[in-house]
Amino acid sequence: MNRILSTALAGIAVSCFGTAVPVLTTSAAQAEELTLCWAAWDPANALVELSKDFTAASGIDMKFEFVPWTNYADRFLNELNSKGQLCDLIIGDSQWIGGSAENGHYVKLNDFFAAQGITMDDFVPATVTGYSEWPKGTPNYWALPAMGDVVGWTYRKDWFERPELQAEFKEKYGWDLGAPGTFEQLKQIAEFFQNRDIDGTTVYGASIYTERGSEGITMGAMDVLYSYGFEYDNPDEPYAMDGFVNSESAVAGLEFYKALYDCCTPPGASNSYMGEGIDAFKSGQVAMHMNFAFTWPGLYKDEAVGGDRIGFFANPAGPNGDQFAQLGGQGISVVSYSAKQDAALEYIKWFANPEVQAKWWSLGGFSCLNAVVQDPGFPATQPYAQTFLDSMAIVKDFWAEPSYASLLQASQKRFHDYVVAGQGTAKEALDLMVEDWTEVFEDDGIL
Amino acid sequence: MAARATPARLAKPVTGLSDRMVAWLFIGPTMLLLLALNIFPLFWAIALSFTNYRANRPNEPVDNVGIRNYERILTDPDIWISMQTTANFVFWTIALQTLIGFSLAYFIDRKFRGHAFWTTIILVPMMLSPAVVGNFWRFLYEPQIGLFAYAVSFVSGIPPTEIAMLSNVTLAPWSIIIVDTWMWTPYVMLICLAGLRSIPDYIYEAAEVDRASPWRQFWSITLPMALPFIMLAVLFRGIENFKMFDMVNLLTGGGPGSTTEVASITLKREAFEKWRTGYSSAFAIILFVAVFGLANIYVKALNRVKQR
Repeated sequence: MNRILSTALAGIAVSCFGTAVPVLTTSAAQAEELTLCWAAWDPANALVELSKDFTAASGIDMKFEFVPWTNYADRFLNELNSKGQLCDLIIGDSQWIGGSAENGHYVKLNDFFAAQGITMDDFVPATVTGYSEWPKGTPNYWALPAMGDVVGWTYRKDWFERPELQAEFKEKYGWDLGAPGTFEQLKQIAEFFQNRDIDGTTVYGASIYTERGSEGITMGAMDVLYSYGFEYDNPDEPYAMDGFVNSESAVAGLEFYKALYDCCTPPGASNSYMGEGIDAFKSGQVAMHMNFAFTWPGLYKDEAVGGDRIGFFANPAGPNGDQFAQLGGQGISVVSYSAKQDAALEYIKWFANPEVQAKWWSLGGFSCLNAVVQDPGFPATQPYAQTFLDSMAIVKDFWAEPSYASLLQASQKRFHDYVVAGQGTAKEALDLMVEDWTEVFEDDGIL
Repeated sequence: MAARATPARLAKPVTGLSDRMVAWLFIGPTMLLLLALNIFPLFWAIALSFTNYRANRPNEPVDNVGIRNYERILTDPDIWISMQTTANFVFWTIALQTLIGFSLAYFIDRKFRGHAFWTTIILVPMMLSPAVVGNFWRFLYEPQIGLFAYAVSFVSGIPPTEIAMLSNVTLAPWSIIIVDTWMWTPYVMLICLAGLRSIPDYIYEAAEVDRASPWRQFWSITLPMALPFIMLAVLFRGIENFKMFDMVNLLTGGGPGSTTEVASITLKREAFEKWRTGYSSAFAIILFVAVFGLANIYVKALNRVKQR
C-alpha cells in the first residue's frame, strides 16, 4: 500500500514539476544519453571536446558513433533506411538531404527553429541551401548547418619562396611563382614542380582527387568543371541536361582535369581521395594539394609541412574568369526514428548558440554561423580563415536529389573511365553521363 | 533405411517417436536454418527482381515491372563489359593456378628431402585473410615504395615509378591475377597432391616393367588418374573466382576506370551504392543461374571423366 501511495505521489509531483521546469531539465530527465553519428575525422574529435559543455549544461551524456569516410554513407544510409534507432542525431552529408527529407528519416525543423528563435538568416547562405533545405531554394529546413566545408588548395609556401625556383619559374612562364589565380596557372606550377628534385627528393606537381569507389573523382573534377562553365541543367528548364552537362566548356574542363592528372600527379595516384591527399602532402611529395578545408587545421599544425611552410588558396578561376568550388560539409539533423527527439533538439538549440559556435571554430570545427565567420577579427584567427571565407563564397554542390547516389555513381564511372583509364573522349564521357542521369530521372518519374 | 536399422537399445530412450520422426528432429533445425538463410532469400530476391523496389526508398510504392530489369541488364553494354572482365579474370587465374598448382604438387609428390617443409611454406598464402593479402599487396605494388616495383625495376631496368601496377589499365588486371594466383595456387596444389597420392604405386611399377618412359608414364597414368582431382580444383576455383569481390575491391576497387570491374563489384554498386534493389536482384539471379548452370554442366563432365 505504501509503495502504491508513494508511486502515485511521485507521479503527481513529476507531472506538476514537469510543467514548470525548462525544457532542458525535462529532456535531461527523459534522456540520459544521446548518440550522435558522424564520420570519423578530425572535426569529429573537436565535436567530442565541444560536446562536453553540453553534457555539463544539460546532464545528458553524449555518445558518438563515428565511421570512416569510406563506409560512412553505406553504414548510416543503411541505418536510416532500416529505420534504426542507433542515432538520435546525425551529421549527414549534404547530398543526403533530399532522400532523407522525402523518406522521412529527418525531423523537419521549421517549427522548432521558429519556437526557439533560430533563424537561417544567421547562417552562411550557401550552407543553408547546401545542408538544410529541401527542396532547394525553399524554406523547408531539415538540418542546422553544422560543419562548413569546401574544396580548396594548400601549397608548399617554403618551396614557392625559394629564390632560385622563383627566378627559374619567372624565366620559364613570365609571371611570379605564387598562389595561382587561374587553373592554367595552377597547371603551369604543377608542371614546374613535377619530377623536380628538391633537397634530394623527387617531388610532384599536385595531388588531386581520383578516387573511384565513393565520390572522390566527382568532387575533384567538378571543381574544375564548375569554373569552366559546367551546369547541371538548364536554369530555365530543370533537369534538361543536354547542352549543359556536356557543353563545350564542360568538355574543356574535363579535358583540363585529365591533362592535370596525366602531367602532374604522383605515380600511382589513380585512386586518391582525402586521406591519400593528406599523406601525399604531409610526406613532402607534392607542391600543391587539393582537399576539403577540414584538412587545413591538421596540416597547418604538422611539424614537417605546416606553420610557415604551408599556404592556402581558394579554387582558381576558369578561362572565362568564373570561379567556383565544390561544397563539402554537413548539417546536423534529428533522426525521426529516435525515441529521444526532445533531447536531440535541445542539443541542436545548444549548438546554434553563438558562443558554442565560436568555440567550435576555435577547436577545429568550421562554423557556418555569420556571427562567427563575418566577425571582423575572423580572418586573423587562423592562417586559413580568409581562404575558407573566400571559398565558401563561391560554392556549388552536386545533385542532392533522393537519387543522388545513382547520379554520383554514374559520374564516378564516366569521370574515372576518361580521366584515369583514358577511355574515350571528354565529350563521350559527358554525353554518357547525360544518358545515365536521364535514365535515373526517368526511373524517378521526374522526366 | 539406415534409421530403420538402428539397434533397438538405441531407439528405446525416445519411446513414442518413430525413427523417421527422430531423424527429422535431428535434421529439422538445419533444414530450417537453410530455408531461412538460403532458400527464403533466394525466392525473395527472385520476387524483388521483377519490381522497381529500392531499399533506400521505403515509403515509395513498389511496382511490378515484369522482366524489364532482366531486359535492361542483358542489353546494357557496361554489364557485358563487366561479365567479359570476369570471364578474363576467371580464365587466367584458373589457367595459372592449375598449371602452377599441379606442377608444384608433382614436384612435392617426388618426396625430395625437405618436401614437408616446402609444402608448409607453399601453403602459407592460402592461410592468410584476403583482407590482409589485399592490403599488403597494395603496398607491394606501390610505385614509389613498393618492393614489387623495385624488384621488377631491378630486373627490367624500368624506373619503379613507371611500374604503376594498380593505376595502369594494362597492368591492373594482371596485378589482381598475380595476387589471386599467389594466394590460391597452394589450394589447387593440395587437391592435386591428394590426386597424385591416390595413384597406386603398382601401376607405375607395372609401367616400368613394360619399360614405359617417365614422359609416357606421366601422360598415360599420372595425368589421366589425377584429372578428376584437377577438374575438381578447377570447379572450386572457378565458382570462387566468378564471384570474386574482396581482392578486387581492396586492390583496385574496380579501377582504373572500369578496367577491373568484375560482375560482383558491379552488383555491389547497383545494390548498395545506387540502391537499385530490384535491378540488382535481377542481376544477382542472372549471375546465380550462370554459375549454377555452368557448374552443373561441368560436374556432368567431371562425372564422365571419373567413370572412364
